[in-house]
Amino acid sequence: MTDQFQGIEPMVYKSKINVPYSWWAGDTASKFYLTLRDEKKITATKCVACNKVFLPPRKVCPSCFTENTQWVNVSDEGTLITFTIARRQFAAIPSDRKVPVIWGLIKLDGADTAMLHYLDEIKPESVTIGMRVKAVFSEGRKGNIRDISHFKPVSRV
Amino acid sequence: MDRAAIIGVGTTKIEKSKVGETFADMAWEAVNKALSDAGMTIDDIDNVVTTSSDFWDGRTISCMAVGDASGAAHKNVSCVEGDGTYGAFYGMTRSLSGSYKTTLVTGHSKGSQSVSSLITNSSFDPIYERALGMDMVTACAMQARSYMHRTKTTPEQLAGVSVKNHGNALKNPLAQLPMKITIKDVLESEMIADPLHKLDCSPVSDGCAAVIIAHESVAANFKQKPVWIKGVSFCADSFFFGDRDLSRAKALTEAAKKAYEMAGIKDPKKEIDVVELYDAFTYQELMWLEEMGLADDAMAGKLLEKGEFNMDGRLPVNASGGLLSGHPVIAAGLYSMAAVVRQIRGDAGGFQVKKAKTGLVHGVNGLGGQSHCVFILDKDK
Repeated sequence: MTDQFQGIEPMVYKSKINVPYSWWAGDTASKFYLTLRDEKKITATKCVACNKVFLPPRKVCPSCFTENTQWVNVSDEGTLITFTIARRQFAAIPSDRKVPVIWGLIKLDGADTAMLHYLDEIKPESVTIGMRVKAVFSEGRKGNIRDISHFKPVSRV
Repeated sequence: MDRAAIIGVGTTKIEKSKVGETFADMAWEAVNKALSDAGMTIDDIDNVVTTSSDFWDGRTISCMAVGDASGAAHKNVSCVEGDGTYGAFYGMTRSLSGSYKTTLVTGHSKGSQSVSSLITNSSFDPIYERALGMDMVTACAMQARSYMHRTKTTPEQLAGVSVKNHGNALKNPLAQLPMKITIKDVLESEMIADPLHKLDCSPVSDGCAAVIIAHESVAANFKQKPVWIKGVSFCADSFFFGDRDLSRAKALTEAAKKAYEMAGIKDPKKEIDVVELYDAFTYQELMWLEEMGLADDAMAGKLLEKGEFNMDGRLPVNASGGLLSGHPVIAAGLYSMAAVVRQIRGDAGGFQVKKAKTGLVHGVNGLGGQSHCVFILDKDK
């Protein structure tokens, strides 16, 4: 920096980027959310060519570039593939969730891909890869991903 | 095929907060350093590629914020959103296109001006995932868990990456966080998102880097000895996290394989002398090394403990200090590229490694390494 700026205190312009935005969910996600909201069922799309079931459901098979033409019901129970526990209250964490917040990748029975969601009703130190978990549905469902409240451990009888 | 070379590099110091400089001010510094390094003037530059991210910059068409300071007036200027290595890839193709002989590539970002957690949360799918509130740190923590589970890599081995890279940064005057620390320091630093401690994570950083890429017909016309691009490839994996085996990086294995083939490299472990890779988090250095075939599967942690990736080891990795010691997102891959170019030219100063004929540069785009770019650079054409 040249001398002409000696002694100049840098100023900061405080503002925010904040633009209302609506995402059209599309017919695939709409169908998924309607079934979740109204029937408490988790559904996925299936590629007939490679016989794989995708959750979250999408219209096109990411493996073979063909249209997923079938819908299947998948179980509300599955296996924990991996997880993390936030110990710091990151800005992105919704205000109704307080640390420790546990997220898991859950492969539901009947699906070939795993979905992201919360784990709850379990102590952080008890979470293990490979554990069996079950969806807990929210009361007052609105047709979004939080119509599933969280996943909890499957209690062993 | 025609060949291209890197004939000039320029980087600003990486800092926590460049409050005295705008994006354009940073670009002005990096571009002038690159021109002076190359022995060129702005009139010798045929076209410009800038690399930036609108969300990180807090404005749309963020590339336009640095065009003037990059000398793009009256030139063809184009923009890449993603890591700097992808900007360099595009810049190289332009220099090889026949339309241009020299391309100036810049990459800039300022982590200090926004809230990283909110910016990276925005890269999750808005319809299915974003509302859950994950971000880059928690996403990568999930991947770290998955990698450690599969390979039995230990927290101590992860910590060893942090100790090495922060230690290397002591020799790099442009690094943000040169530190002499111990494995205990890393393990006792704040647990941010299991299994990642604060010192397993790269810092928030500001910086700008520039490289100049020339067609072979003009590469020797200027001051610098050209560093040749012998191989390059990038490859992407599925967007949705749950589609991938997170403990693996299939896209990286594929990208590296193609880059080696192009460069005529048969045994990368023996033929590559120096590596700068995307260590945004400690586990990534170990995982990427394995996925690129530079360490045997599940062995990188053990090799690290033996000192193989030290500045004076068998294969020096992130001798510059890496991104753990300063991580200007987007610009990052160009910093790595500049570091390898300096190694190969023999002017890396304090962090110069002994043998640096062939080097590898690696960049990443997307959550948990959805997409990877690999460059093989060489002293010889």
